[in-house]
Amino acid sequence: MIAGRSKSGNAFVHLAVLVLVVVWTAPTAGLLISSLRAKDLLSVSGWWTALTATEQSQVGRAALPETQVEKNGRYFIRGNVFEGETTGTVNAFGVKIGDPSAFKAGETADLPGGGTIKVNADGSYEIASETQFEGARGQRIFYIAKLPPKFTLANYKEVLSTAGIGQSFVNSLTVTIPATIIPVLIAAYAAYALAWMKFPGRALILSLVVGLLVVPLQMSLIPLLRLYNDVGLFLGVPAKTYLGIWLAHTGFGLPLAIYLLRNYMAGLPREVMESARVDGASDFDIFVKIVLPLSLPALASFAIFQFLWVWNDLLVALVFLGAQNDQLVLTGRLVNLLGSRGGNWEILTASAFITIIVPLVVFLSLQRFLVRGLLAGSVKG
Amino acid sequence: MDRVASALVTVIIGVGGALLYFYLSNLILDAIFPARGKGPIAARNQKIAASIRPWLFLGPSLIALGLYLVYPLVDSIRLSLFNRTGDEFVGLQNYIWAVNDNQFRESVFNNILWLLVVPAVATFMGLIIAFLTDRIWWGNIAKTLIFMPMAISFVGASVIWKFIYDFRSEGSTQIGLLNAIVQGFGGAPEAWITLPFWNNFFLMVILVWIQTGFAMVILSAALRGIPDETIEAAVIDGANGWQLFFFIMIPQIWGTIAVVWTTITILVLKVFDIVLTMTNGQWQTQVLANLMFDWMFRGGGDFGRGAAIAVCIMLAVIPIMIWNIRRANAEMKGR
Amino acid sequence: MAEVNLSGITKSFGAVNVIKGVDLDIRSGEFVVFVGPSGCGKSTLLRLIAGLEDITSGTMKIDGEVVNDVAPSRRGIAMVFQSYALYPHMTVYNNMAFGMKLARASKEEIDKRVRSAAEILQLVPYLERLPKALSGGQRQPVAIGRAIVRNPKVFLFDEPLSNLDAALRVATRIEIAKLHEDMSATTMIYVTHDQVEAMTLADRIVVLNAGLIEQVGSPMELYHRPANLFVARFIGSPAMNILPVTIEGVNGEAHVRAEGGEAVRVTTRIPAGSKGRPATLGVRPEDLTLATGHGILNGKVMLVEKLGEVSMLYIDVPGAKEPVVAKFAGEASIERGADIGLTTATGNLHVFDENGVSFPRA
Repeated sequence: MIAGRSKSGNAFVHLAVLVLVVVWTAPTAGLLISSLRAKDLLSVSGWWTALTATEQSQVGRAALPETQVEKNGRYFIRGNVFEGETTGTVNAFGVKIGDPSAFKAGETADLPGGGTIKVNADGSYEIASETQFEGARGQRIFYIAKLPPKFTLANYKEVLSTAGIGQSFVNSLTVTIPATIIPVLIAAYAAYALAWMKFPGRALILSLVVGLLVVPLQMSLIPLLRLYNDVGLFLGVPAKTYLGIWLAHTGFGLPLAIYLLRNYMAGLPREVMESARVDGASDFDIFVKIVLPLSLPALASFAIFQFLWVWNDLLVALVFLGAQNDQLVLTGRLVNLLGSRGGNWEILTASAFITIIVPLVVFLSLQRFLVRGLLAGSVKG
Repeated sequence: MDRVASALVTVIIGVGGALLYFYLSNLILDAIFPARGKGPIAARNQKIAASIRPWLFLGPSLIALGLYLVYPLVDSIRLSLFNRTGDEFVGLQNYIWAVNDNQFRESVFNNILWLLVVPAVATFMGLIIAFLTDRIWWGNIAKTLIFMPMAISFVGASVIWKFIYDFRSEGSTQIGLLNAIVQGFGGAPEAWITLPFWNNFFLMVILVWIQTGFAMVILSAALRGIPDETIEAAVIDGANGWQLFFFIMIPQIWGTIAVVWTTITILVLKVFDIVLTMTNGQWQTQVLANLMFDWMFRGGGDFGRGAAIAVCIMLAVIPIMIWNIRRANAEMKGR
Repeated sequence: MAEVNLSGITKSFGAVNVIKGVDLDIRSGEFVVFVGPSGCGKSTLLRLIAGLEDITSGTMKIDGEVVNDVAPSRRGIAMVFQSYALYPHMTVYNNMAFGMKLARASKEEIDKRVRSAAEILQLVPYLERLPKALSGGQRQPVAIGRAIVRNPKVFLFDEPLSNLDAALRVATRIEIAKLHEDMSATTMIYVTHDQVEAMTLADRIVVLNAGLIEQVGSPMELYHRPANLFVARFIGSPAMNILPVTIEGVNGEAHVRAEGGEAVRVTTRIPAGSKGRPATLGVRPEDLTLATGHGILNGKVMLVEKLGEVSMLYIDVPGAKEPVVAKFAGEASIERGADIGLTTATGNLHVFDENGVSFPRA
């Protein structure tokens, strides 16, 4: 290793990369952390405060009057404001909503309805009175406490059950899996023909494929929408079906698939193919028994590409798939939620995280293939 | 779960059908033109079969490409010369409308802005990060983290960034990271995505955030592909780190930089999801792709105007398309 | 078992003519080597025989049958490729069995043939390995084994040794020679650019140049009686020395004279009427000896290379375009800068006419 390529960059390089990494990951981290925070905390403090103990203003209720005990003619209610769920430190407390920090922890305060209350730093409290406590509800206690980080899955439970995210998750899968497998299969055959078979017009078709790589999707939308409506009308079936979107994604994904796979297959050693021909293999045999097994890395690359692309797509789904509950995909659902519940960050963050979790897992586990595909097909539009 | 099952069945039918097509079509071809044995007939049959077989292999792909890309391409151009329902020829009226339409002009202006900024920034950042991460032992971890947004949908990314740009009125606790930082430095919080002109840049940040990883991965591979000898020679000649980077490494990867640049350029032309999700074109952030989508469905849809806008996007892509085809042809000749 | 007959074979790729008309009869059981410089068309000719390329014109027969349009797999051939072309995703066993499986042979038959081939080539311990787990020297026999299993009438080799290092190359060359002895009924055609392989393996060598056959003959024929200047220069290492001469006497007492040199008597039969015409004199470096005093060739020693077993002298001879090389056994005691004369037996001299065609030797 020489100076030009050593792996021991100086402190500046380390610092610069660290800053960049933080800038790039903070947005996603913020989403994940926020989605795990309780609804009421999410809207009053930034997610970056959630990782450390924070001072928060809280309201608690003392135990019910029926739990009172009598001692020497005085009545007591004892308990802990944290109710065993969390541990924290009470700094101050109060008896009126407008002034939650009127008394320091450990001090004794007079209750407006008679009697006294004392809240200690550890959260334990003692309410004392000369007379018996009455009523069906516990005394309200206002306090300022330093609370440790607390995370919950409640937001996820809520979006999965009520916001329709669970349904959309299934819809997305229904769209994505066939829309990934079908193009891989038919592109593989075409790529083999373009790489290893001789026929007139081959160069022309290749140029066509390369040209179509960059054709904007927008060019296809209106004619196809009309075509789908006409076909639907003619056959008396709905225009917006899963079959329709599978085929649409197949068509849109094919140029990249053919281009990627052809380049890979053309790079396979010619002599291996010739050897198979001498061994008596037909084109079909060569394709199935030699080329396909050897092209698995490229097939995987493209499949991952297409999977991410289809899963993350919004436009094609909006145009070719209905907006009803049983057809709305995750991205579409998320856009709807942004419109209808734009301020409900606990819903949005959890929903967004559910939409990105599958591609993230795919990405992190199969990054190697994705990179290879990117390197091979970096002219995709 | 019912529909998962039916989806699975469809997958099996679709995939099985495709497999069956290829298998059977080959079988039938061999049955019609048997090439077993020797002699002139077998030889002739074999020739005929060999000239038909490529088209069996290509068939499904050519049909799909034709139906979903070539036919719409032609039809879009045709429709752009017709009225809103597509049944009355109106000549260039849709284009004339577009040129005089304020929203269209605003979209073109914004698109140019996007085209100037996003590819440049993403490529530049990608290059710098690729260069820096190759120099540290934890570079691969850093790369993975910076590459990660690539897996996130534009919609998901928009939610993430909307949260960062979130605005609460002055004095209250900011839960958006950007406003919290601004306030931390003593500034006044802003509703960033509603600030005309500058809001475009806040939207662009999202695309840069996503695409930098892509640029980084490609450029990192290109940088690694530079022969060690040229770098070693420059080191012996006394070049320092930055001189190495600008005078030895960059000139050797111009081709790759151009590929990355154009790839992001094409993506930018089609940017739709981000604008739709963040502003839906309000506050002067409209872009062509979103405007086109708008016209497709606005008031029952105006296909003529929508198609005209699509053709405008296509026009911008054509130079890159030609460049790509020529590059690919040159590559194939080199084989 | 099978003859191979080529008549008027041509092959063009677009406008480029690679094979320009080849006539060749290969006898049954013969080991024929195609040799020539790169780009001479030797590999293309082999691929035409294999059926991997279509013949542009001419007739090709294998075992008496016209095979112009017969698929490679039905020609009764097997081929060993330069890169071995093993199927990377199949074990050694499956590599060897692939062809028979495609031909739907019975399991027992396949197993019998694969195992017997594996035994011949000592591949039994590697049968379940993938090619990538084998060294280059182990992959090569697998490629040969795969060809043996097909039980071919004609065995084709396309530079099978050029990816091996020098030591392995010698060992494998000997293996191939042994294989030819064991399979004496099988016709073998072997392409190489290495003349040592050609000389050691071939029954007959076919020297190709620019798409045409220059000469066909046994190794010793080519060495001693090259038909033309090309073959003379191509066979033998270092290459034959040549220098321009003028023909002086003809018939029996033929003489040639180098520019500014003495007349030299040669034993080749030069036809009458050639007197006064330019020609080329050729002599092999290993045939030259030191003359006492003036020799046939005279000049100043430019460089002496001592290789231990032999010494090479590079001599600047007036009239010769390149330095004349002389190869002496042992360690020559001649120093750089010395003026020396070289001589040889008259029978070792070759004379070529203006077109480079050899005059017949007595």
